[in-house]
Amino acid sequence: MIPVGTAPRIVWRLATVVDVVPETPRTRTLVLDVPEWPGHRAGQHVDVRLTAEDGYQAERSYSIASPPEDPRLSLTVERLTDGEVSSYLFDELHSGDKLELRGPIGGYFVWDIPVGGPLLLVGGGSGIVPLMAMLRHRSAVLGTDDMERHRLPARLLYSSRSWEEVIYRDELARLAEKDPTLEVRHTLTRDHPDRWTGFRRRIDRTMLEEVAWPASEKPRVFICGPTPLVESVATNLVGLGHQPALVKTERFGPTGGSI
Amino acid sequence: MKGASKEPREPVVAGERLADARRVDGNAAAGIMSELFVPDLTVAHAKCAGCGTTRTIGALLVYAHGMGTVVRCPGCDRVVLRIARTPTHVWLDATGATSIVVSRSAE
Repeated sequence: MIPVGTAPRIVWRLATVVDVVPETPRTRTLVLDVPEWPGHRAGQHVDVRLTAEDGYQAERSYSIASPPEDPRLSLTVERLTDGEVSSYLFDELHSGDKLELRGPIGGYFVWDIPVGGPLLLVGGGSGIVPLMAMLRHRSAVLGTDDMERHRLPARLLYSSRSWEEVIYRDELARLAEKDPTLEVRHTLTRDHPDRWTGFRRRIDRTMLEEVAWPASEKPRVFICGPTPLVESVATNLVGLGHQPALVKTERFGPTGGSI
Repeated sequence: MKGASKEPREPVVAGERLADARRVDGNAAAGIMSELFVPDLTVAHAKCAGCGTTRTIGALLVYAHGMGTVVRCPGCDRVVLRIARTPTHVWLDATGATSIVVSRSAE
């Protein structure tokens, strides 16, 4: 935490879109150049503000996808039906365009190396975004240091509707392939490819018992996704004996919240 | 809007509660709180005036409405903070918080 008195006030900044990367049919990543970005911690978010010509303003929160080590700031946005902000970010914004944002915001749902491990991440849909920042940060700092990796093992349980909708699918596979201390498990709740051997149901207590470390290992748990998923997972983990203080949640609602 | 209820309720992480997709975490109020306070209030502790429980503000529940942000205690459902924004001012009602404690030192 930044000591009181030295914390900079969070101000609105004008970012420039330097790249737009398609992720899935409904999500894309905006890569931004933010002047005088003060740096962030994995899990934090930014507020994005759009102003119409008549002065009408709409504000939404978006989780930061990039790790602190990345000089550019990345936001992965999902196109929501009727989303007045998300549809603009998804359909209208191109390289070279400007975007008003403020941050980094929120020091509660954050993980970095000093927080320790094991690290248990549970995500649903675009709830993967802040969790991905944590995994990217972990990978950037630990590199191939086997001793450190074993000290801070990580597991991700990620629920998506279908294989096509798994955000960061290839990158997650690459990260897990080169790191024996990172385990990535997928569950697909609607459609799954032929010969799919992973889970094919909503996350439930049995699945968490299979994937999570036992409570006695005191994993640092971060859950992000739609409110019903987050509350069900948090309730089940506390039921399995995990300390509520070690279970951090980030729910996102239909219009606000982090996407 | 419901007033303060004396009826005890189960905390969200330990019991059933009506699903409300508008409910998000205290984290979501970080932006608007930054317009009032320089320190990050999501890592500050607030004592609920309803049930007396102290929690990290990031772990409270946020209901974001068009008019403003309502922060409730997950234990007793009492409104801890209400923040509204007008074209000229930011307005805070903190009568639901007996105290708010901010750390003076780095972690």
